Formats: sequence, C-alpha cells, structure tokens
Amino acid sequence: MSLIVVRGYGAVSPAGWGIAAFREALAKGEPLETKPLIRPGWLRALPIRPVPPLPHRPSFMAHARLRRASAISQYAVAAAIEALGSDLHKVSEGSVRLGVVCCVLSGGVNYSSRFYSETLQDPTSASPLVFPETVFNAPASHVAALLGTTEINYTMVGDSGTFLLGLALAAEWLSDGQVDGCVVVGAEERDWLTADAFHRFEPGITMSDGAGALYLSRGVERDSGIQLSGITDAHPFLQKRGRVLASRAMRAQLPDSSPNHLLCDGTQQLPRLDAAEIASWADWTGPRLSPKEVFGESLAASGAWQCVAAIDALRANRYAAANVSVVGCNQQAIGAHFVNLNFLQTQRSGLTPSATGARIAD
Amino acid sequence: MLFPTPQALGVPHRVVITGAGIVTALGLDWESNAESFRLGRVAFRPVTLCDVSRQRVKTAAEVALPGDLPPTLLKKRHRDRLDRAARLLLIAADQAWRQSGWVASSNLPVVLGTTSGGMSLGEAYYRRAIQEPNAHCHQAARVIHYQPQRQGLDLADAFGFSGPVFIIANACAAGGNALGHAWQLLRRGGADRVMAGGYDALSQLVFSGFDSLKALSPTECRPFDVGRDGLALGEGAAVFALETLTSAQHRKADILAEMVGYGASTDAHHLTQPHPQGEAALGSMAAACRAAHLAPGQIDYVNAHGTGTPLNDSAEAIAINRWAGDRAASLLVSSTKSSVGHLLGAAGAVEAAVCVMALQGQWLPPTTTLQAADPIAAFPIVRMPTSAKLEYALSNSFGFGGANATLIFRRWR
Repeated sequence: MSLIVVRGYGAVSPAGWGIAAFREALAKGEPLETKPLIRPGWLRALPIRPVPPLPHRPSFMAHARLRRASAISQYAVAAAIEALGSDLHKVSEGSVRLGVVCCVLSGGVNYSSRFYSETLQDPTSASPLVFPETVFNAPASHVAALLGTTEINYTMVGDSGTFLLGLALAAEWLSDGQVDGCVVVGAEERDWLTADAFHRFEPGITMSDGAGALYLSRGVERDSGIQLSGITDAHPFLQKRGRVLASRAMRAQLPDSSPNHLLCDGTQQLPRLDAAEIASWADWTGPRLSPKEVFGESLAASGAWQCVAAIDALRANRYAAANVSVVGCNQQAIGAHFVNLNFLQTQRSGLTPSATGARIAD
Repeated sequence: MLFPTPQALGVPHRVVITGAGIVTALGLDWESNAESFRLGRVAFRPVTLCDVSRQRVKTAAEVALPGDLPPTLLKKRHRDRLDRAARLLLIAADQAWRQSGWVASSNLPVVLGTTSGGMSLGEAYYRRAIQEPNAHCHQAARVIHYQPQRQGLDLADAFGFSGPVFIIANACAAGGNALGHAWQLLRRGGADRVMAGGYDALSQLVFSGFDSLKALSPTECRPFDVGRDGLALGEGAAVFALETLTSAQHRKADILAEMVGYGASTDAHHLTQPHPQGEAALGSMAAACRAAHLAPGQIDYVNAHGTGTPLNDSAEAIAINRWAGDRAASLLVSSTKSSVGHLLGAAGAVEAAVCVMALQGQWLPPTTTLQAADPIAAFPIVRMPTSAKLEYALSNSFGFGGANATLIFRRWR
C-alpha cells in the first residue's frame, strides 16, 4: 500500500532562517524576544517577533522573481527550498512532477497597503510594479518559478488550520498520481495592519512572521521516514457550533496519549484564545509542545510551524507518533497525525530509540 | 477524515450539477443572464462604487445589487455587516441551494474561488486606521468580514450545513480551480455534495491596480480583435450545487449538466504575462481532455479566457491552435468578457455557468464587440447570436501568477 511520507521540511521564523535556528529556539523553550512596532498616532507600541535579517544573501535571492518580491515570498521560497533539499534539482530536471500549495491569511499585505496608500494619494502614480505582488498567489507563483515546476499550484486562504487543509489536498494529489511530490507552504509577513487588527481581538497577542514548509511524496511501508497518517475533518466555527465544540470534535478524531506520543498544540498563553483547545486536550498525559509560545502568532505560518516542530521531534526519534492540534483564530479546528516509521522499525528490531536531534521540552 | 478518504471503488464517481446560481451586471438570476449572454448584450457603465475620477478608465460592469438579501438562516445583524462581495455570493448561492433541493447536512464542503474577498471592508479598515488610528467603531467587524474564509462560513451558516471551507485564491483562475477542486473531491469519494463557485466585487484597490498596469481598455473590451486594447473589469458570482451522479439519481434530482474534465497547470514565465506560445494554457487544456477522456475534436465550443489584452489573447489563441490542431478551423470560440468584463476570481465560475446555459439552450454566446478578428486565431470566433448542436463545452481561466484552469462540461439529456 502506498503511504504519504514527509521527505523534508523547512522553516523561516523569528529565530532565523532555517530549521537549525527554529530547532534551537524550540529546544530552549523560551519565548523569543519581542520588538516594538510603532505607528504614528498609536497610543502604544505593539510587540512583535519579526524574522531577523539574513546574515548573508543566499544565491536564490538573486533570482529575478525575488527582486521586488515582498518578505512573504522570500520566506516561502526559502522554506520550500530547504524542504526540498537535494530533490530540488530533480524538479528542475523534470524527473519529479512537483505540486505547490501555498497557505496564507494576510498574504502580501505590505504591498497591498502600500499600493492602496498610493491609490488614495494619486492613482496615476500608483506603482504597476507593486500591484501584482499584492495578489494572494504571488508567493506561490514565485515558489513555482524558483523551483522550476509547471504542475498544479494552489493558494489557499484561511486561518492557521488552512495549512492542514493544504496537507490533505497535497496528499490527495499524490494519492491520485497527479504529482510525484508536493511542497506545502504556510507563510505570512509582519505588518502594522495585521498587528493592529489582531490586537483588537486579543490585546495580549504577539504577532510574528515567517514560513514553514513540508515536502510530501508517496512512500512504501518499508520507508523509515515520517508518515502523514491522517488529517481530521475540518470542523468549522459556525453559528450553531462554535469554537469549543469544533475543537472537541477535532480532538475526538485523533489518537489518545501514550508515553511515546507527542502532542503539538497551538496554545500561546492567551487564556481566552487557548481555552477551547486546552479543554479539548485536558485528558492528554503525554509530552506536549507549543511552538506559538516561543514564536508567537503567525496565522498560516503557525500551522506550518506546528507540523514542522512535530516532525522534527519525530525525526530525532524521540517519539513514535505525533498529534498536531490546530484551533484557528476564526475558521476551524483541524488536526493531523504523523507516525515515525523509523521508531517502529527500531522497536521491532529490539534497539532502544535515542535522541539524535533537537531536545524537545516535555 | 479529510485524509485518508474512503478508498474509491475503482471507477471514479461521475459528477453532475443539480443547482446553479449567477449574478452579473447582466442580471441577478439564471434566466436573465442566459438571455443576455445568448444575445451578447454588453453591461458596462460608469463606475459608481469607488472614486475613479483620477483613473485613466472610468467604466466597469457593475451589478445593480438589490437592497434586500434572500431570506436565509443568517441573522439580520449579520446580514447587515456583509460586504458587497459576500452579498453577490449569497445571492448566487441561494439560487443554487434552492434549485438543488438540498437539505442541510454535515460533510458538505464549500469550495470558493476569489481574488480579493471582502476587499471593500479592508479598504474601509485601512482608511479608518490611517485617519483615526485609535478608533474602534466598526473596525472589528471589518476585520472579521474582510477575510475570505468568513464568506465561506457565511454560506454554511446561511443554509445550515457544515463541512470544510476551502478558499482558493489563484487570481483570475480561482473560480475555475474551485470548481475543479470540487470535482476532484466528488470523483474520489471525499463527499457526495459540494457547494462550489467563485465571487468577486469591484474595489478601488483592484480597479486602480489594473489601471496602473494599463491593462484596462480605454475604449471597449474586444477579445481576439486585432485592435484590442485591454480588458474591462466586472463583478459577480456563480455558485453550483455539484454532486455525484449516484447521489443525484438516488434523490431523483433534476440534472443541469455533467462536469467531465478538469486540468490545471502553472505558467512560470512571468508573474503577470503568459508564455507567448501558451505552453501552460496548452497543458491545462490537454490535462482537462485527458481527465475527460476526450479528444479536442469532440469539443463543440470553447469559452475562452479572452480578456482582451494583447498578450493574453495572442498566447491563448496560439495555445488553442496548437491544442486543437486541424480541428481549430471549425472550433467555435468566444469570450463572454465582452459582455460582463473580467470577473477575476468569479470569472471561471461565471463562464462555467455560461457553458452550462449554452449546453442547455443549444446556443453559442457571442463576442459582439468583435470588429476584426486577429488572424493569429486559427479558429472562428462567434460574434452573432447563434444556435448550435452542442455536446461538450470547454472553459479556460488563466490568472496572474500563472495559475491556469480548464473545465469541460457535457450536455445532460
């Protein structure tokens, strides 16, 4: 039977560019330092966790597509390239048909606000170079161009759970044989509009930016990697069934805790936002990881980071499986289940699993 | 579970349309749109929704929205907060819902395409945040209703059903991709029914954006005309009740048409310009035909993306020429953007609706603004209201960022 496996993953986060910085920050388990975001007329600065500047400019940044691209596209491309790893050349050679799913909520909001500001001032001088970058699928287009794929490519808009919808979509494309591989990216960029908007609902929130990416392909049972074994239904927040019931329904579709089973949740020390998710997982006695506590809220990128964190922990062979629980800000509760095939094989062989990678707080 | 879905029984499900709704500047219902598309009426007028006084172009195909929305389960307070795009969507969805005869249930996915969701609310939020940075009145509601996923959730709340909400924002191909994704969900057995479509409303940012690119026609939208000089913007929505043939027959539903093929591809040539030889467009059409097990010679009518811009139409014409081969000389093609403009995220869904209308009525929607066809098009362009014998119709949608989608529909009888 064909499995869907995670071939690679990548991250750009407030900790830095790449999975190593992401892993190190998670291992420390401390909330990253915030920076003040200040706007003319604001009564107070808002704390944010931005992606730090690149220490050196990687070669892909010289691509013509990224010359004027906004930060979100740079993050998405960097995470996707890291996820693809050595398979990158197979895509450009045409030996891997690669699909792309890019998940966003705010998207290229910096250029959107800039272009609209120019329009209000004088539409005759609004920049035609900026407008195309405001479109939701600009990052996905840049990812495809840089990776060299012409296969199916979707941009999906929604809250942090949308990244898991994207994984389900990619898994179906792979199962149907439409593509040989699929990179799923969740990305956002910081800006004052989004920070201002979210602080109206949750004054304690710390917005951040970045991207996370998973590279999926078909596998076989003898694979020793990480299997995407399930995505729950997406339980929407509706008039007749709100956040609490949706969260509970999602939790009911994921396995119960066991000593070797990790839960990677979306809580962030914000009681009002976290309440439904905390209640749903009150029975969980196994190890738990909460990346948002370290990195902050980055909407579609947050859903990606939760999956990346879970998979990185499985890759380190500390756990047999992981649940990812995403209770989004305003759309849905949705979960994923990943299985560490290597852990199972190690157990079958009688060897003791050992930590070979990041130390995960449990 | 969204994944893995129940194993398909070998043969994919057939997918049919049992309800459809449409809103464009030509009308607020199926019948008025069908009659106007059949006759090739043109719906452009001066823009009133936003300030275009300093724009190069000042016309678009605006919808005359009614004051009242159809009665649904949405509370009045909620309805009052809906922006223009959400209203267009709700009107079209209500038509599709009522025609389908569906009843509320769980696992009824919503798949929508849009480019800008509730952009007018986003604009209002921005203006207020600039003018009065610390003002709160109405700002929270604007944040909520601006986001595209809210409009998908509104449909579920309006009709009382539940299921995943997929918002596909593949620029101007979004509506086509949304229908295509719904088709794939049903084919593989992920659901029995899906509500799918596309919607977009005119907004200042988007209007200014296309004007800044000098993509808007200062004269008249004339797809495939040798003298074409740009596109015209419009707004609207089209929503379909899609379901498996098994489900439709089980409940003895009226079937409007069958959806038989979907193809998608990515044009990585440029962020806003198509590959000049139409490589990805060709790939999209070929993929749709493969999925439908059809040869180009079996397609009776093509509703082209046909924006009226010099680059799009020449690339698409070359792609159609290459794809159709010898068949091109007799393949009937038109672009209905000459009537209602470019509806962006709604375009693929609205043009799918036009294909279904044509299959039902056995007529061809003309491009009545065409004066002299560009010789690059090896195919005849329908320019007058025409009756025809149609079995299969194909619709193309191509977007910024290189998103391409092609859909194929079959007459139901």
